[in-house]
Amino acid sequence: MPSLFFEDFVERDVKTYGSYTVTEAEILDFARQFDPQPMHLDKAAGAASMLGALAASGWHACAIMQKLMCEAFLLNSSGRGSPGVSEVKWKAPIFPGDVLSLRRTVLESRTSKSKPDMGLVTLKLELLKSTGEVASEETLVILFARRNPGARLA
Amino acid sequence: MSYFDDITVGARRTLGTHHFTREEIIAFAQAYDPQSFHVDDEAAKRTHFGDLVASGWHTAACWMKCLVAERTQDAAERTARGEDVPAFGPSPGFKNMRWLKPVYAGDTITYATEVREKVPSKSKPEWGLLMAYNTGTNQHGDLVFDFESIVFVRRRA
Repeated sequence: MPSLFFEDFVERDVKTYGSYTVTEAEILDFARQFDPQPMHLDKAAGAASMLGALAASGWHACAIMQKLMCEAFLLNSSGRGSPGVSEVKWKAPIFPGDVLSLRRTVLESRTSKSKPDMGLVTLKLELLKSTGEVASEETLVILFARRNPGARLA
Repeated sequence: MSYFDDITVGARRTLGTHHFTREEIIAFAQAYDPQSFHVDDEAAKRTHFGDLVASGWHTAACWMKCLVAERTQDAAERTARGEDVPAFGPSPGFKNMRWLKPVYAGDTITYATEVREKVPSKSKPEWGLLMAYNTGTNQHGDLVFDFESIVFVRRRA
């Protein structure tokens, strides 16, 4: 039984969670599988690129945000998946050795008209470096089941 | 990939296909998105998805994989013709990614990209920004995924 439901995501609430150390091996492994561009695979190419050094794929940054969100609250929630992401900004490159954490802000919370047993929560996720710099920012909607949707009938 | 100056708004390219196996869906999800409907067949059957589904980020990452593969092949052809291959820059992000339908184990997704807009960069005169509309369509012809990308592309000197 999850402990977090739709009702637990209160607008304007901000929380910071977790710690994720990015290794060079993981950057290379993700890039080889999904984004084999030289700036994500090779030190010299990374240094010559706009990123300034070997840096993680932006898609890898999204995947790390997702993992941190899962560990922070999603796996312990009534989450039912996401219809989509309205915006992602890759603001600063992620380098080997960076230690990342996740800040989440509840932007909006509304019940679903088509699915009365669920609600839609709009979250802003920020992937933070240990310096406080925001590496990536994401705005997404997640569907959560309500805590006790049939209460009045029970 | 062409130089920014040679890219035509409206041009559409099919990037390739990716076949999603059950093993690959679970491996990606265990690393980055271990929600039950991405890692556990039985748990997935009890959700509104009805079966194991790929993480939306897995669907997105495979779009990038197909884009890079198509671009690499295009670069090889340009080199063979004796043409320049312009460098591709990074991306500042994307907008409006929608996971419209689930991607199930065994699905084959065909990815495509269509140029929507070109804007010269104000701060970096040797670069332009290219906006594109990108899609993923399954073997039944259903649009399962789309988003709007932005990327830096080199201008002719």
